Amino acid sequence: MALVLTEEQSMLRDSARGLISDKAPVSHLRHLRDSKDPTGFSKEFWQSFAEMGFAGLLVPEEFGGSGLGYVEAGVVMEEIGRTLMPSPFLATSVVAASALNRGGNAAQKSEYLPKIASGSLLATLAIDEGAKHRPLQTSLQALRAGNGFKLSGAKALVVDGHVADLFIVAARTAGSAGERDGLTLFLVNPKAKGVAIERTIMVDAHNAARIEFANVEVTADSVLGEVDQAASLLDGVLDIGGGAVAAEMVGLSDEVFGRTVEYLKSRKQFGKLIGEFQALQHRAAELYVDIEITRAAVMKALQALDADVVKAASAVAVAKARAGTTATRAVQEGVQMHGGMGMTDQFDIGFFMKRARVCEELFGDANYHTEQLARARGY
Amino acid sequence: MTDSRTSDLETADLETFRNETRAWLEANCPLEMRKPATSDADVFWGGRNAKFSSEPQRIWFERMRDKGWTVPDWPKEYGGGGLSAAEHKVLRAEMAKIGARPPLSSFGIWMLGPALLKYGNDAQKKEHLPKIAAGEIRWCQGYSEPNAGSDLASLQTRAESDGDDFVITGQKIWTSYANYADWIFCLVRTDPAAKKHDGISFILFDMTSKGVSTKPILLISGYSPFCETFFDGVRVPKSHVVGTVNRGWDVAKYLLQHERAMISGMGERGVGRPLGQIAADSVGSDALGRLDDAMLRGQIASFDVDEAALAACAERAVDLAKAGQAHPAFSSAMKYYGTELNKRRYEILMSAGGVDALEWESERSKQGARPRAWLRTKANSIEGGTSEVMLGIVAKRILDLPGA
Repeated sequence: MALVLTEEQSMLRDSARGLISDKAPVSHLRHLRDSKDPTGFSKEFWQSFAEMGFAGLLVPEEFGGSGLGYVEAGVVMEEIGRTLMPSPFLATSVVAASALNRGGNAAQKSEYLPKIASGSLLATLAIDEGAKHRPLQTSLQALRAGNGFKLSGAKALVVDGHVADLFIVAARTAGSAGERDGLTLFLVNPKAKGVAIERTIMVDAHNAARIEFANVEVTADSVLGEVDQAASLLDGVLDIGGGAVAAEMVGLSDEVFGRTVEYLKSRKQFGKLIGEFQALQHRAAELYVDIEITRAAVMKALQALDADVVKAASAVAVAKARAGTTATRAVQEGVQMHGGMGMTDQFDIGFFMKRARVCEELFGDANYHTEQLARARGY
Repeated sequence: MTDSRTSDLETADLETFRNETRAWLEANCPLEMRKPATSDADVFWGGRNAKFSSEPQRIWFERMRDKGWTVPDWPKEYGGGGLSAAEHKVLRAEMAKIGARPPLSSFGIWMLGPALLKYGNDAQKKEHLPKIAAGEIRWCQGYSEPNAGSDLASLQTRAESDGDDFVITGQKIWTSYANYADWIFCLVRTDPAAKKHDGISFILFDMTSKGVSTKPILLISGYSPFCETFFDGVRVPKSHVVGTVNRGWDVAKYLLQHERAMISGMGERGVGRPLGQIAADSVGSDALGRLDDAMLRGQIASFDVDEAALAACAERAVDLAKAGQAHPAFSSAMKYYGTELNKRRYEILMSAGGVDALEWESERSKQGARPRAWLRTKANSIEGGTSEVMLGIVAKRILDLPGA
């Protein structure tokens, strides 16, 4: 498989870019933030996104979706990264749709996937508990109670948590924190008794929530996949999420870089364009190389996910680790090279820095993924 | 519809080619040639005085030569395999899968060949390309001079017109394997009055010509393939100029792109065992199998991330070229990153080896193989254009920054 977009993928990119840059430039995020928008994204725009087939991009055609792959999802994520558009695409259309499609039984799929494709259902994965992404450390407890389970514990960084219609909750049904065995995924109604949702306003002005579960009752039917055996399902879903966020970070890095290079070509100091200074030229060139290498690594990972999710772990680890260090560098250079203007809220560049920091934590930061690679390689 | 059918057919053909190639390699690549090359003798460079270091090396070379697979993507009329870019990629992948060594290493293949295919006239292509493909003539590159390194276009070696000949006088430096080479491709100044880029010609001549002499250079790593090369009134027919007289810089730049692609690939090849395992041998591991040096382990893991990402980028660069979307200066970006990464690899290897990696002459250390290789990598970011020059090219030609 060539590491370039096919003609169809290029067309998808062009239509996503056209739609997003037209309807949701960075000023859209600024407006949502400044108006303290209760939803945190534009419902109206999400509907038109769904009508274009984006909401159900990964949903199989038999459930009303487009049945496309992770490369295509990455293409959309990259465009989202360019304008930082807040949207349920990541949590609902990529992560939750993949979890349901890969782990769901026939009833669960036909219940939820068509609604995701039509844009009428928002879903999200609740995984992180501590300060860092450590899926095996999951300790939210699910005790058997009659035919079902009772969930108790807390989750953090639940994307779109305060607006979601469905939670996919990682819980421990056996074993103890750190073990692979004993993890189970549950489909939970956010309105269920005992669920307490706190919307957390984050540095990047994107949706996130802390959620507490106090003896929340769920039926046996709400188990996604197999009891105690969710680790491998979760591995795949988290890799899909990590690959998608890496693609968002490529778009974000590329956009910051483009804006920064334009600034170097227009800002004058000491009677010269600052882009004439070799100190800045070389730093810009290094950043360009970094972004191109990361772009290739991310494309490689998305193709690996399309080929076989189970075998894509190392490629995703490389991609997310690279995306993290590259985006961090891109936004820091972006602010630095914009000088004082880069520090002002009025200037958009800071929004990219804030979003990059959150993307770093989503599905594991660069250190986490570098560690995963070291373990996979046995040293 | 037509498009997707055509591409389905191509895919099917490619699969047939893959299966045939796999079977042929399995039957024809000697087992001894499926191990990484560990010494200079394991690399076959060809040439008038070439000797095979082993029988399997000879067999492997001859079988590949007869198929045209020393230069798989060159046209068949010049001794190549006539493979498409996609087929060439398949062949490389299948060779990599069994660890097959390149049957022939040569500056003729990596550098001169592509330049001749683009700029050479019919007679030059017919004369030189088949001999490169067959490993009959070994080439060296006469580019750098004592006063023309990064600023290559300031080169001073003169070629003065005398009837049908040029008479060449001057000195080259860093001429790899000049003392073993049969012919040289050389940049010379044919118009001293013109602006520096406009008076240069690209010319080919026999190293046994009267007036050519070479002298090896001792480096910080010890013996090296590099030489100083002297020309004292060397007479060369004007018909040996490639491209137009005084337009040699175009050929030189084109060839440099291939050289940079080759050097950037050095980080990927001949690696052998993974760094993590090499380090485990010397620093040991804990009960969980983790290296007993957490900081070193982190450095290795970061290196592995970057190396895998670079490999993806190298693969993508080939695919972009195939799709006609490549930026011509992208090889400078790859050269910069690949060479810096290779230096990082050897810093890690030295750190992992500790005291054992410091021995310079013992049998135990294979005559200091590791420290010598470590020191040698320091030239990677100098030869073929320094890292700083590469960044300047990226800034100017790709980013279009002002005054770069």
